[in-house]
Amino acid sequence: MQAIPLEHGLILAAMLFALGLIGVLTRRNIVFVLMCLEIMLNACGLAFVAASARWGHADGQIMFLMILTLAAAEVAVGLGLIIQMYRKFQTVDINVLTQMKG
Amino acid sequence: MLELLWLLPALPLAGFLILALTGGSLPKSVVAVVGAGSVGLAFVVAALASYQFLGSGEESIQIALWSWMIAGGFSSGFSFYLDGLTVVMILIISGVGFLIHLYSTGFMIDDPSYSRFFAYMNLFVSAMLVLVLADNLVLLYLGWEGVGLCSYLLIGFWYENPANGYAARKAFVVTRVGDTSMAIGLFLLFSQLGTLNIQDLMHNAQEQWAVGSGIAVAASLLLLGGAVGKSAQLPLQTWLPDAMAGPTPISALIHAATMVTAGVYLIARTHILFELAPGVQALVAWVGLITLLMAGFTALTQHDIKRILAYSTISQIGYMFLGLGVGAWSAAVFHLMTHAFFKALLFLAAGTVILSLHHEHDIFKMGGMRKYLPVAFWSFVIGSAALTALPFTSGYFSKDEILLAALESGGSGAVLWLGGVIGAFFTAIYSFRLVFVVFFGENHHPAKEVTGFNMAAPLIILAVLALVGGFIHIPVDAVFSHGEAAHEEHHVSAVIHGLMVAVPIIGVGVAYMFFFSKTWSAEKLVSSSLGSSLHKFWFSGWEMDRLYQTIFVSPFITLARINKKDIIDLLVGVLVSLTSFFNRMLVRTQTGYLRWYAASFMAGVVILMALGVLL
Amino acid sequence: MTVLFYLAASVALISTLAVIIQTNVVHALLYLILSLLAVAVIFYTLGAPFAAMLEAIVYAGAIMVLFLFVIMMLNLGQRSREQEKSWLEKRIWIAPVLMAAALVAQLINVASQQQANVSGVEVGVREVGLALFGPYVLAVEIASVLLLAGLVGAYHLAKK
Repeated sequence: MQAIPLEHGLILAAMLFALGLIGVLTRRNIVFVLMCLEIMLNACGLAFVAASARWGHADGQIMFLMILTLAAAEVAVGLGLIIQMYRKFQTVDINVLTQMKG
Repeated sequence: MLELLWLLPALPLAGFLILALTGGSLPKSVVAVVGAGSVGLAFVVAALASYQFLGSGEESIQIALWSWMIAGGFSSGFSFYLDGLTVVMILIISGVGFLIHLYSTGFMIDDPSYSRFFAYMNLFVSAMLVLVLADNLVLLYLGWEGVGLCSYLLIGFWYENPANGYAARKAFVVTRVGDTSMAIGLFLLFSQLGTLNIQDLMHNAQEQWAVGSGIAVAASLLLLGGAVGKSAQLPLQTWLPDAMAGPTPISALIHAATMVTAGVYLIARTHILFELAPGVQALVAWVGLITLLMAGFTALTQHDIKRILAYSTISQIGYMFLGLGVGAWSAAVFHLMTHAFFKALLFLAAGTVILSLHHEHDIFKMGGMRKYLPVAFWSFVIGSAALTALPFTSGYFSKDEILLAALESGGSGAVLWLGGVIGAFFTAIYSFRLVFVVFFGENHHPAKEVTGFNMAAPLIILAVLALVGGFIHIPVDAVFSHGEAAHEEHHVSAVIHGLMVAVPIIGVGVAYMFFFSKTWSAEKLVSSSLGSSLHKFWFSGWEMDRLYQTIFVSPFITLARINKKDIIDLLVGVLVSLTSFFNRMLVRTQTGYLRWYAASFMAGVVILMALGVLL
Repeated sequence: MTVLFYLAASVALISTLAVIIQTNVVHALLYLILSLLAVAVIFYTLGAPFAAMLEAIVYAGAIMVLFLFVIMMLNLGQRSREQEKSWLEKRIWIAPVLMAAALVAQLINVASQQQANVSGVEVGVREVGLALFGPYVLAVEIASVLLLAGLVGAYHLAKK
């Protein structure tokens, strides 16, 4: 069996990250932005796992677990905020969030 | 007493500090005692010190107080130098100063700023004493500036009237021009001779500079510039007539007896430098001559009593400069002393007249005051007699010495002598014009003379001095012995002598004819076309004010008006506008849009990574 | 194995692309789930089955479902679809694409310097578990605290 070059894994992670980044910057719907943030986090996790697979250690997977935990907590809180925002502004347009107050 | 010489400037300075720090809260009697008393005490110190010095038979004494600045090769200290010339000056300043202070305690009694007046006067006396006692030019310059400051403060004493402020400002600015010239002269002297101690300076100059060398000419010319500014000679004489806006006692003290003589003192002190530049010395004489003639003609046309006396002062200082210019150093200093006596007398008497007539200055509104103002009348007669150099008055001796020295100096000396004699003729005319118009003739305003003991006593003392002061022999021979033609008897023909005696008397007669008996009409002279244009020309001080206005003042004001937006400020404003420009640019990045912020993060990350990758 | 890797990689890329282009939120979500599952397969090919399972169960299963719940709750409707279309103009893609391209270029540059290969060793659940409760036990505890904080926060934020 041929071995997978590490650089391909890392390149894949980079490209997924970039795609997520494009999504964050272009979309106006806040739900989409959150989804693209998830894409970016996932890409980071992929990079970790690929790196640890190169050495055959468990450390990368553990880091991935931590990232997962982080993502979960973040999504929970983020969605709660989205709900609040929808209640206040009746829209999910990210551009209404320009003031620090309120 | 000589160790206590420092008391001499310190006592008036203490008077100033006391009066300044209590700020007018002291009662007037205390102010009078402090103000006049400090100068009186200073006079006592001066008298004792002079007595001790002259009795000791030494030529000069140096008293070092403390060192002021030591920087590199330059050191300057507060040290005093006492010789015959200094003795004369300190006695005049403290003595005449004390008499004038005493007079002012009565003259200024109704003024609300009584305390401020005496504070300034004391500061002035202190600064003037420092000026004449200084043994180095830096300390002298300190005193020089100090008297300039006090002159400004006192001319503009009644500052509520803006015209007084302008007069004070004009005096300050014009003398400043002279001061700058003098300062440059000091720089030049220090850079060439390495010291500013006056005695060392003259010693080094004699050794190192050839007679008539360019450097000597430059240095003495610059010092002359300072002297003409302070002494109101051509071309910087325009400030003195306007300085009469101040109270009369200060006109007496500052602008007659002491400050304006500072220039004469400076030249006398540094006479070696002038002897090393004979061209400049001759220039001194010519400046003196032209000024005395110009001022004399102008005084003929004035009708403000103080302005007549002011122009007369300019004219008499012209005589002193004439004396200095022909090398008659002691004669010039002698005339300085006698002039202090009779000019102070005349100004104080004029003050009495003005005060008695409720601040009336125009002599043609006065007349026949002889009955009402006896003390002032006799003071004026004695003072004018001395001014005119009538025989055996003090002015006679001093003026004659100068004129004879001029005649004997050879070369253009005869022209100088003739000019001096013509000046004496006109002096007689204008001074007795004043006496006849004010004190004789019809009386329109009966008045009661304002005198008390403190105003009459100085007048009497000064009158006596004006009469007999000519017999005082001033101890300046040792100072100038290596410089001048020694104090020998003058050998001149009886004709010359007779002429010099007769001319002033003829002048008095002319004034008599015009203004007393009215046999000749002054009005007819003035009304002719030549007469009226001459009158207007001379009245305005030979149009020098207008000349300076056109050459200096108007262009400067125009430039200032053009620069109203202030070009220098604009350059600084560039910094301001640049900053606000960048501020506005940066403010636009604070949009509040989340995606914009995210994009800027990413941009930063990309750039940093690029740096990391490339470098 | 390698074939599977590249296959899964391409699926992940294409579906991620689809996510960011979609106008319908639910469709985008489904594509995202697809992408996540593809990544899970990639994990398996790299020899990390535990991570693969985690990805599938937690990420695709729990988190995305949470998203779905909230979207359903917001109940955006037809109006939102048209809104989305109008918001997604052609010209707004330019700058982000350029920036992302620059980023990718740099990252590829750096990544290409690696010369190694993935070792085919399978790091199973046992090894991960031993590491978790060995050296990384503190991280586990902190993660649990984080989850608690997220729980409390989400509860409060979503309250009326």
